Amino acid sequence: MRALLGTMRAELVGAGGVVERNIYLTKRYIWWDVAWFLWTVANTLTIVFIAKGVEATGGSLDVNRTMTTLLIGAVVWAYLGILFEFLMETVAWERWEGTIEYTFMAPLSRAMHLAGQGAFAILYGLLRAVFLFAVCAFLFFDLEMRSAQFLPAFVVLVVASVSFIGIGMMMSVLPLISPEKGTQLGFVAQGTLLVVSGVYYPVDVLPQWMQWIATVSPATYALDGIREAILEGQGLTAMGDELWPLAVIGAVSIPLGLFVFSRGERYAKRHGKLKRSG
Amino acid sequence: MTQAQHAALMEAERPRPEAAVEVERLRKEFSLRDRRRGRLARRRRIALDGVSFAIERGETVAVLGQNGSGKSTLVRLLSTLLLPDGGTARILGHDVVAEARAVRRLVNRVSVEASFFKKMSAAENLSYAARYYGLTAGQTRGRIPEILERVGFPADRRDEPMENLSRGMQQKVALARALLTSPVVLLLDEPTTGLDPRSKLEVQEFIREIRATHDSTILLCTHDLNEAEILADRVGILDRGCLLALEPAADLCRRYGAATLEEAFFAATGREFEAEGADDDDREVLA
Repeated sequence: MRALLGTMRAELVGAGGVVERNIYLTKRYIWWDVAWFLWTVANTLTIVFIAKGVEATGGSLDVNRTMTTLLIGAVVWAYLGILFEFLMETVAWERWEGTIEYTFMAPLSRAMHLAGQGAFAILYGLLRAVFLFAVCAFLFFDLEMRSAQFLPAFVVLVVASVSFIGIGMMMSVLPLISPEKGTQLGFVAQGTLLVVSGVYYPVDVLPQWMQWIATVSPATYALDGIREAILEGQGLTAMGDELWPLAVIGAVSIPLGLFVFSRGERYAKRHGKLKRSG
Repeated sequence: MTQAQHAALMEAERPRPEAAVEVERLRKEFSLRDRRRGRLARRRRIALDGVSFAIERGETVAVLGQNGSGKSTLVRLLSTLLLPDGGTARILGHDVVAEARAVRRLVNRVSVEASFFKKMSAAENLSYAARYYGLTAGQTRGRIPEILERVGFPADRRDEPMENLSRGMQQKVALARALLTSPVVLLLDEPTTGLDPRSKLEVQEFIREIRATHDSTILLCTHDLNEAEILADRVGILDRGCLLALEPAADLCRRYGAATLEEAFFAATGREFEAEGADDDDREVLA
């Protein structure tokens, strides 16, 4: 029992080490992060302005509602981008710096290693997403959100994050298999996930086969839940249809993500792909 | 090889119950692109070919070999960073494949590249790395400055980004990182390659100090003959994945009727020590 507690303590300290490392790196690269944030703001604005553009060219729509709908989609897109980026960096950045072999030969389990990476990604991503939403909604567009329930929207995003991390774990194995092109495939996964999940439109407008895929995408339920909370003012009690699927997908995606990563790690160790060689 | 030489080699390779490192018929091969035979053609390249040896606790063994001889592959297999294609390797009785986590608690490594997050400082790099071994902030707060001081790292540069430090300084931090976790087996993979003469001497001096003051077992892979001779109890010759000999430097010279270790290496491998192998294009993978 004491040995088990000792191991658990060491594992938690190790996961804390991953968070600590990311805090150091974020501090060192803070101005790059500011620049990246400005790019994200610009990207979000180009999407949200579409609603104003449609109105200006004679289209008939509820501009405030459409802009909020687009803004939520853009913020979730940016959030997912941060999560996947951090998880892909589990391998990609460490290969670049040459530290990957030291990390992978440490006695920290891969589950806790990825948990530490995921925990920091969620904390940092949430901070950025909230800030991005606030800057765009209130500073640039002064959107009307009188009935919005922000706390339930935030909870939905946190619950969805578990599933996103599971998918991110699966993606993060790609740089192990293909050191040159693996990271780019993460962006493909991000785009694919969101296109079937109704990122800027209702899922109903998609072809039937895409709608089927949407039912297993956590982003579908995250976007629905957040829009219901912000646009309709719904509380958590009315969000069972979103929260339950997210919990189930999360419960499946985390073990699946760990399994896929462990298979990729085994492949890399079998073929000598951990070492940085170009 | 005479019968007596063969018997001596077998004796050196025989795993002992008290051994810190036991390697038996370890084999590793890689699949490489073969451009000469076409764009998609591949060929197998043997990195380690049935290597067997044992290192006793507290012993320092140097393995000499040219680039591409399989030294780094051996270190990576013992560090659980590669999976063998045959044979076994054990650290204090723990199998490197089946009991990888137990092995990881016992070993640490210093490689030819001092790999760090270059924007982070020495103290930050050591701090997070120690957490991976379960060491808390309370445990490392005093220990990191102490260990950096021991390796001769200036206290006023502790918080400077690694990218501002010389290769010699970075290698000292790499040694400190390895020692911070108190490894039972220390794997040194060309720790002084590329260092200026002064840094090289300082690092070698520190390895000597580790030998004298720690209970660590050291496997030193190098292509520096002098380094092997002065630091190791026994010296092995690894050539194209085969361990040709493993014994004290003096015995090695005697066995091959050589006056120096360089001559012994030539006699064992049939090649000059500085000459590169025939398959030099494979070195990147096998080194």
